[in-house]
Amino acid sequence: MKPRHKRLVLAGAAAAAVALAVGLILVAFESNIQLFFSPTQVVAGEAPLSRTFRIGGLVEQGSVKRAEDGVTVRFAVTDTARTIPVAYKGILPDLFKEGKGVVAQGRLEADGVFHASQVLAKHDENYMPPEAATALERARKAESESQKTLVMDRPAGGEAPK
Amino acid sequence: MAIRIFQFSSPQTFYPLAGRLIPLFWVLAALFSAAGLYTGFFVAPTDFQQGEVYRIIFIHVPAAWMSMFIYLVMAGWAAVGLVLNTRLSSMMAQALAPTGALMTFIALWTGSLWGRPTWGTWWVWDARLTSELILLFLYLGFMALQASIDDPRRADKAGAILAMVGVVNVPIIYFSVKWWNTLHQGASVSLTRAPSMASDMLTGMLLMALAFWMYAIAAALMRVQSIILERERHAGWVKDLLEPAAVKGSP
Repeated sequence: MKPRHKRLVLAGAAAAAVALAVGLILVAFESNIQLFFSPTQVVAGEAPLSRTFRIGGLVEQGSVKRAEDGVTVRFAVTDTARTIPVAYKGILPDLFKEGKGVVAQGRLEADGVFHASQVLAKHDENYMPPEAATALERARKAESESQKTLVMDRPAGGEAPK
Repeated sequence: MAIRIFQFSSPQTFYPLAGRLIPLFWVLAALFSAAGLYTGFFVAPTDFQQGEVYRIIFIHVPAAWMSMFIYLVMAGWAAVGLVLNTRLSSMMAQALAPTGALMTFIALWTGSLWGRPTWGTWWVWDARLTSELILLFLYLGFMALQASIDDPRRADKAGAILAMVGVVNVPIIYFSVKWWNTLHQGASVSLTRAPSMASDMLTGMLLMALAFWMYAIAAALMRVQSIILERERHAGWVKDLLEPAAVKGSP
């Protein structure tokens, strides 16, 4: 075995050992690396209820309500399976919007409401011009309309073509 | 072909080759930057959610890509230097580190500037941001370790081991947004599926990525030239190069 082959084997073995060690560490710290808990995890009791933590998900459509004072906001965070109501007093980021991603830090109180001290908007990976977004939205609406029509048509003219 | 490659692995033959390549890469960097910035600021449309603030991606994304890629190349050169004992490979690794650190810093800095208006915070300790910060410390650690050992061969060896250990961080950065839930969004552009981005935006970003590539190559070649001169200063050819008058004077 030439010295350089020996060094190659040693370097390879060291790299493999380091990768394994780091892999194990990451698996061990799995729950600490997660930035937030989903509403399903919170309902399942995986979140630390005694201290502050972050929940993340989508702002439920039609759930955002502003109080009289103008700075207190109530909304619901959903992962489409479970929903957690959130109360927050403060300024929301520009990208905060119904149906969009959100990460809130705070505490789950006994009343079942998550009292947030910080609300961050989670951006998605889609970038497009406004016209394209409008067109997509229109297409989506048209599709759901046509699906509705199909559903409605089915009982009436169901097997007719045969 | 193999003979030619090994011929250029000698610092003496690589030095003039680098000298010839540097202007070429500077010109390409300037051309791609001009095209990329023009596309980014004048051709690419406004984003439907973020408005104009998204235009940071024309700097941020190429810098973040380069920060990871340069690390892989640097660790690769360092490993080759360690295994084969080739001097030039270690010099290449040393030359790449400051450029990589710069790219990492730009990625963190521009990301922070974008995060404030978009997310609502300058910084969050999520997996993507934290692992990218660790990458910056790896670059700085590599540079500091190399600089702290006087004997260049021992410095190369120590640096190579640090660089190779740090490689494990690169896939963590790249896949962090997939493996864990993070505030940072997932990849808009990847090899496995169509990009979720308007084509003009993508063109601008790819042009800027090319510009960053050319800049990184040019900067690394310039740095490797000065490292060669510094390390080989006792070699005859360097003395001839630096004191042409003395050569002419001697018959």
